[in-house]
Amino acid sequence: MNHDPLPEVEVALAGRTPAGRRRFLRSALASVAVAGLSACKMEEFLGRNYRELSRDELGSILARLEQKHSAGYGKAVRVGNEAAQPGVDFGYGLDLSRCIGCRRCVYACVKENNQSRTEPQIHWIKVLELNKEHGVDLGHADAYYEADEVPRPGHFYMPVQCQQCAHPACVKACPVGATWKEPDGIVVVDYDWCIGCRCCMSACPYGARRFNWAEPNLPKEEMNPDTHYLGNRPRPKGVVEKCTFCIQRVRKGRYPACVEICPVGARKFGNLLDPQSEIRQVMETKRVFVFKEELRTEPQFYYFYAT
Amino acid sequence: MAGIFEFAKGSFRLITRGGPAYAAWVGALLVGVVIGLFGYAQQFRAGLIATNMRDQVTWAFYIGNFTFLVGVAAAAVLLVIPAYVYQWKPIKEVVILGELLAISAIVMCLLFVLVDMGRPDRLLHIVPLLGSPNWPNSLLAWDALVLNIYLVINVLVVVHILYAGYRGRPYNHRFVIPLVLASIPMAVGIHTVTAFLYNGMAARPYWNASILAPRFLASAFCSGPAVLLILFQVLRRTTGLEIKNEAIWKVAELMAYAMFFNLFLLGAELFKEFYSATEHLTYTRYYWFGIGEHRALVPYAWGSLVASLVAFLLFLIPKTRQHWITLNLGCVLIWAGVYVEKGIGLVLPGMTPDTLGEIYDYTPSLVEWTVALGVFCVGFLVFTALVRVAVPIMSGTFRHPGASAQPAVP
Repeated sequence: MNHDPLPEVEVALAGRTPAGRRRFLRSALASVAVAGLSACKMEEFLGRNYRELSRDELGSILARLEQKHSAGYGKAVRVGNEAAQPGVDFGYGLDLSRCIGCRRCVYACVKENNQSRTEPQIHWIKVLELNKEHGVDLGHADAYYEADEVPRPGHFYMPVQCQQCAHPACVKACPVGATWKEPDGIVVVDYDWCIGCRCCMSACPYGARRFNWAEPNLPKEEMNPDTHYLGNRPRPKGVVEKCTFCIQRVRKGRYPACVEICPVGARKFGNLLDPQSEIRQVMETKRVFVFKEELRTEPQFYYFYAT
Repeated sequence: MAGIFEFAKGSFRLITRGGPAYAAWVGALLVGVVIGLFGYAQQFRAGLIATNMRDQVTWAFYIGNFTFLVGVAAAAVLLVIPAYVYQWKPIKEVVILGELLAISAIVMCLLFVLVDMGRPDRLLHIVPLLGSPNWPNSLLAWDALVLNIYLVINVLVVVHILYAGYRGRPYNHRFVIPLVLASIPMAVGIHTVTAFLYNGMAARPYWNASILAPRFLASAFCSGPAVLLILFQVLRRTTGLEIKNEAIWKVAELMAYAMFFNLFLLGAELFKEFYSATEHLTYTRYYWFGIGEHRALVPYAWGSLVASLVAFLLFLIPKTRQHWITLNLGCVLIWAGVYVEKGIGLVLPGMTPDTLGEIYDYTPSLVEWTVALGVFCVGFLVFTALVRVAVPIMSGTFRHPGASAQPAVP
């Protein structure tokens, strides 16, 4: 609903809504030609908040991005903008008794979502090796274990990624509204609006957010050209990114890459509003728990022990 | 209008000319600024990877300095309250210096936030109307707002009083008094909102304690005046400005009470953490004793505590409070103690171990040191320039040609 084109009559009334006021003020600012900037330059300088764009504006931005990335990566890059489907609220299940800690999900995610490979190395999924003696006790967690030797006796493995909370602490903390929860439950980041203050990273109890400490390093030949504006399109330096349940896939009816790759079937995914979905079956037949329940973030990411 | 032009010209002359000591001081600050600019250029090119911050410790030295300086800025209120509300003479003469310090400190605060941003080019996104500040939810959006309002209030008051002094006119009470009265809750406000920025994060138990905002205020009431006490003595000696001994001693006494309260709150917090000894103790333990081989902050923790305790005793005992050597020693110790406590001692243990239990031992990189040096030098330059203009006005030597000759003290 945010992206409806502004009807002609409403243009005259611009100023009634916050977005309208901003638009008005911006064009006013632009028209006094601050420091000789043309109106178009001013708009570009201020950037655009995704949620305030009309459909036409978004269309031209998507086209520009596609052009830029196709040229930059030497292949036909698609920057999609599929909206949330009505009646869909995504949920994720992770079977801790099956996970063997092989980290295939980590690397499938990196490949699918165009993360920076080195300097900085960005992983949206972090797999913790935990001690069976201590259970889920982060004081005994090791994220840097050797994946060749898994599963090690006496240990179990807990992959952590964005929990897509119903009450996301990160969204609350963001000073500019550059991150929000979509109607289908996915918490997204507008990479063109983020100011890089990292409040969201301080606020997230799950260490799920990653920062582009330098210009991301994404080799041309490894770039996945099927992207989404709010998901895996190439990111600039100095902004925050995170797991989006593979928004570019799931909004087209596919599974997230981590679900697809998991060799032991520990990962489940589906629509929480559909009683027949796999995730609902898990929730109804297994004993599930959410991570750091006491914080009342209400993750849409459920851990369970199937056996 | 001609008066304003003359004022600007005269101020410029005052700032740009001075004796060898003044030239050396300003020269040193300028060198610091240039070093800082080189550091920042490197960071701007490479990204924040030039710092030692990483995903585990996402806020560090810059934000620590920011937090400390918000306290310094807020402390102007300590001098404003007795001077304006109780019409108390000895301090009233020097309140204006406190406000100048507040202005310089806020400038440094804003610069520290700016250098910490991944996308400084998108700064305007947080500005009302131009951007989309996330009110009322985001504490950083509030913090940016209150810091800027506080800056504007202080600039208005200072400029008005100084310009009136320059013209030899009494300042306009109907204009100044409401602004000064507003600045008192604002000073408490900036530090409270900054405390809430940390306090509100349930993910970080070390910060998520309701004692945080009161502790912020108590420590601010020590660190801000500590700078002023040293400055008063320097100005007394180098300029004609008269500052009475009892004004300095009174401020020192107020600082002793504030430090007592600060230490008491620290004790209350330590009791709760160690006695209940829950999982939340991890962060406090990391700060005071270290975890395994990770002991980077331990010397700072104890050093800061010892400095604060000694300074408290020096300021509490009238004899040492009124002796210049022990008084100045106390000021330096307070500054050092609070700098650690409200800087790295607040930010780093909040993030170590991180939310998934990983310990990343952070120490600032060379770039962070140089950028911080640059920001401090900018702040001291601003302060030097302001004092350079304000002092001759207060002592009546910098005057509009047509103004009456008697000194106009605020």
